[in-house]
Amino acid sequence: MTVSFKGKKASRRQFLAGAAAAGAGTVAASAAAAAGDPLITEKQIWAQATGDGVDATPYGLPIEFESDVVRRNVEWLTADTISSINFTPIHALDGTITPQGCAFERHHSGAIELTKGDYRLMINGLVDTPLVFTYDDLMRFPRESHVYFCECAANTGMEWAGAQLNGAQFTHGMIHNMEYIGVPLRTILNEAGIKPEATWVYVEGADASSNGRSIPMDKALDDVLVAFKANGEALRKEHGYPVRLVVPGWEGNMWVKWLRRVELTDKPIESREETSKYTDTLEDGTSRKHTWVMDAKSVVTSPSPQSPITHGKGPLVITGLAWSGRGAITQVDVTLDGGKNWQVARLAAPGQKMALTRFYLDIDWQGEEMFLQSRAHDETGYVQPTKAQLRDVRGLNSIYHNNCIQTWWVKSNGEAENVEIS
Amino acid sequence: MSKFLNTIIAATLLASPVAAEKLGLGRPALPEEIAAWDLDISPDGTGLPVGSGSVLDGEEVFAEACAMCHGDFAEGVDNWPKLAGGMDTLNHDDPLKTVGSYWPYLSTAYDYIRRSMPFGNAQSLSDDDVYAIVAYILYSNDLVDEDFVLSNENFLDVEMPNAGGFVFDDRAETEYSTFHTACMTDCKETVEITMRAAVLDVTPEEEGTDAPAAEEAAAEPAAPAFDAELAAAGENVFKKCKACHQVGEGAQNKSGPVLTGVVGASVGAVEGFKYSKTFQAMNADGAVWDEASLAAFLANPKKYAKGTKMSFAGLKKDEDIREVIEYLKSQQ
Repeated sequence: MTVSFKGKKASRRQFLAGAAAAGAGTVAASAAAAAGDPLITEKQIWAQATGDGVDATPYGLPIEFESDVVRRNVEWLTADTISSINFTPIHALDGTITPQGCAFERHHSGAIELTKGDYRLMINGLVDTPLVFTYDDLMRFPRESHVYFCECAANTGMEWAGAQLNGAQFTHGMIHNMEYIGVPLRTILNEAGIKPEATWVYVEGADASSNGRSIPMDKALDDVLVAFKANGEALRKEHGYPVRLVVPGWEGNMWVKWLRRVELTDKPIESREETSKYTDTLEDGTSRKHTWVMDAKSVVTSPSPQSPITHGKGPLVITGLAWSGRGAITQVDVTLDGGKNWQVARLAAPGQKMALTRFYLDIDWQGEEMFLQSRAHDETGYVQPTKAQLRDVRGLNSIYHNNCIQTWWVKSNGEAENVEIS
Repeated sequence: MSKFLNTIIAATLLASPVAAEKLGLGRPALPEEIAAWDLDISPDGTGLPVGSGSVLDGEEVFAEACAMCHGDFAEGVDNWPKLAGGMDTLNHDDPLKTVGSYWPYLSTAYDYIRRSMPFGNAQSLSDDDVYAIVAYILYSNDLVDEDFVLSNENFLDVEMPNAGGFVFDDRAETEYSTFHTACMTDCKETVEITMRAAVLDVTPEEEGTDAPAAEEAAAEPAAPAFDAELAAAGENVFKKCKACHQVGEGAQNKSGPVLTGVVGASVGAVEGFKYSKTFQAMNADGAVWDEASLAAFLANPKKYAKGTKMSFAGLKKDEDIREVIEYLKSQQ
């Protein structure tokens, strides 16, 4: 016999109400003191009947109680969902690896379905021999595996002019972090023979948007990966199955999905995505171009507006993520008072180059109001700037590359809100 | 290379495979294959095809292929990109970045339109049509006169107003030198809230967790019979339509009307959608979408309903048409 244990997940509002009242932990503790916790003293159905058999879900999804931990879209951002973006639920995740199923998506012409059999990769332009590879060909090159973050250049872009979106998912969720398996681009280019005058590669996808970006040869020969697996399994459709480009530390738009062509050139192509978009307009009206690197950044993922404190006073785990496109994270500082005083957070593991780093700060919270911020340092000595520092240099119209320090106003009832402070 | 050196290199590279030697994988790309895929165009004109197009031709092609999203005058519809206007706004609070006000190279416009537009039917325009559309966009931005003809020969003569408006990434000079100090204690005296996201209130609401979807579905009237297998195949065909049309729960009019319940419905009758004059007339005549009329329309939209706003070229395979109609029948 199979029993389905239908639980009912509390809504966010119920959570908030609970937090405001007293805190769920406190309630459970007092119930136990009175007559014993019925979850312990009474026999529970799951401890008597059997659960699902092994083949109930040949490929498993998260249990239904986690159904709120999903990608979310902000409808007013784009004209429709086919050329749009959604957000990773970073407020509800822990560790550093992003499960593929909830890793943010960005499409310019929708997520296409391309089989391995129909996949072709062309290398042309300034090479000795233009070549075509099948998926099976790619599988015969020596492979590497690396963990890298992929962040959209527009992550936090809605916050330039002020605190807008109330949740870490929406302010910082255009990011994911996966273990990629693939072939270094340099290995594949070497196979075609790079001509000395080739100084750029132009990479292009197979979907209708035919998204294309120019990448300088130094980077192409350094750490760029032609990847076909992530987190141990095939890439998901929405992340470019069967093959995508991985451009460590550089803006997500360059991580071309459904990679179909790499052209070696002696100049950038200046495609739409590297001129009209992904260029950063400054206050005087001039715009920066070729702003590829994602600078050091961090955010407290919990507590945060979508992840309020629900347990009342006492031990509180403050946690978040830090990353840098210019190397490894070396330190993360956290402030509880809006930047008057900072303390060094504990890194879950030493920072890895161009990968997410998880940090924790364990405190004894006595219900005081907090202005929570985190501040990342990377191996170059760069320290994550405040929004005011960024605005001083760039103004309000840059859209992209907003790596400012984020503030969550945590109230005495445990709720949190996205605010800007002086 | 000596064995000793090999050992050192292997030890240094650790996990990196040594791949200096070619492996002989892949096969030579044929010239016609390269020609089919290598369509990109550089600012110096490399890659431009021979051809030409006038502003006047462009106006016509634009109205058919582009205007439903970008507006008749390239002014943009809803959230779709505005292609014209915005001159001298780049240093304003809310700059309007269009082909005219922002794009530094005209090659980018030709390249992008030829490879990626129209949305949902990319690479369906002739090279001359693309020249004509680019000419019309220039005209919409007051950059050329209405008798202008753009061709591969005069392409580089067009001056883009914001060509000089870009600098290379200068963060190393303007930011990295400053962003490296971190005060740890007594860094400021006061902290005041200057802006709150909750006051602005533009964050999407959490969806309700109680979902009475099954009950709602049961309460709805029985849908007309359809072939489930054919409809499933049609769902795949419908991907071609999705750029402009929505169906099902929460469907909204986009650049095309909602298609829920379209089979059996009056032509041009979706509330809130701004139909072409053609469709308004068909509606007034009492026309109804049945399988035959839908099939004829989908095979060649512009032939069946001259003047329709639908830019889609039509479904070539009868099988696709049958399947997509079956899918639409399933969407009641």
